[in-house]
Amino acid sequence: MVPVNYYIVLSAILFTIGVVGVLTRRNALIIFMSIELMLNAANLAFVAFSSVIKSFSGQIFVFFVIAVAAAEVAVGLALIVEIFKSKRSIDVDQMSSLKG
Amino acid sequence: MNLDLIFFLILSIISVSTALGMLLSRNAIYSALFLVLNFVTVAVFYLLLGAPFIAMAQITVYAGAIMVLFLFVIMLLGAEELPQAEVLPWQKPLARGLAIVLAIEATFIFLTRARPIGDVAQPDASINTVTNLRALGETLFTQYLLPFEVTSILLLVAMIGAIVLVRKEKRVH
Repeated sequence: MVPVNYYIVLSAILFTIGVVGVLTRRNALIIFMSIELMLNAANLAFVAFSSVIKSFSGQIFVFFVIAVAAAEVAVGLALIVEIFKSKRSIDVDQMSSLKG
Repeated sequence: MNLDLIFFLILSIISVSTALGMLLSRNAIYSALFLVLNFVTVAVFYLLLGAPFIAMAQITVYAGAIMVLFLFVIMLLGAEELPQAEVLPWQKPLARGLAIVLAIEATFIFLTRARPIGDVAQPDASINTVTNLRALGETLFTQYLLPFEVTSILLLVAMIGAIVLVRKEKRVH
């Protein structure tokens, strides 16, 4: 039997790697992938707790999170394609048009 | 040391190293492929936790649909690698330090302050039967019916939004 705390620690590690990706990478696509990784870490914690308390609610939340992630990716990648069309780059440091 | 724990440790090593590979590889395509492997590993975790439906949804939606979309956009834009140019030199070390603090803090709180609420359920033969899936579906369509219906509106809005965003503007004369 695996204690649920192990799963939670693994989820925390994966979430932290996602946070580092968002903070340090400048490629907008990699930042997006890191967000997906963080969503996955949260999903893992949901399913682990759902398995401990023997309820389906956690799994259903993961189902909704996956649906929301799919919607988010569709809109986000459309935004990235649009930004690339106007700036010819997806470097987030270049997106500073509002800077005075 | 039982078999479950050995499985868990091997899978978590694969999972963390693929996540690090996603983070550290310079080429965006390699990052996407590492992330696919990470998603598949998480799907195996779901199987270990007795959630076969979520595991299959993870593989079809995440590793199948979402990552293919990512790879498609990477190849479409031809933006695999960015030139090296640091605008804020102190930003990266600061971010790494803060992330390490976050990891230690989260691990500490989960290990010490959270009540020990027990082990995860052993995945037994019942996860292969239809009763598990039927119970999941019954919960989804009774207790969570409204969120389920709202999800369909969300997906419709996302689809329309994506189409509107990439549509060619009509020239107004």
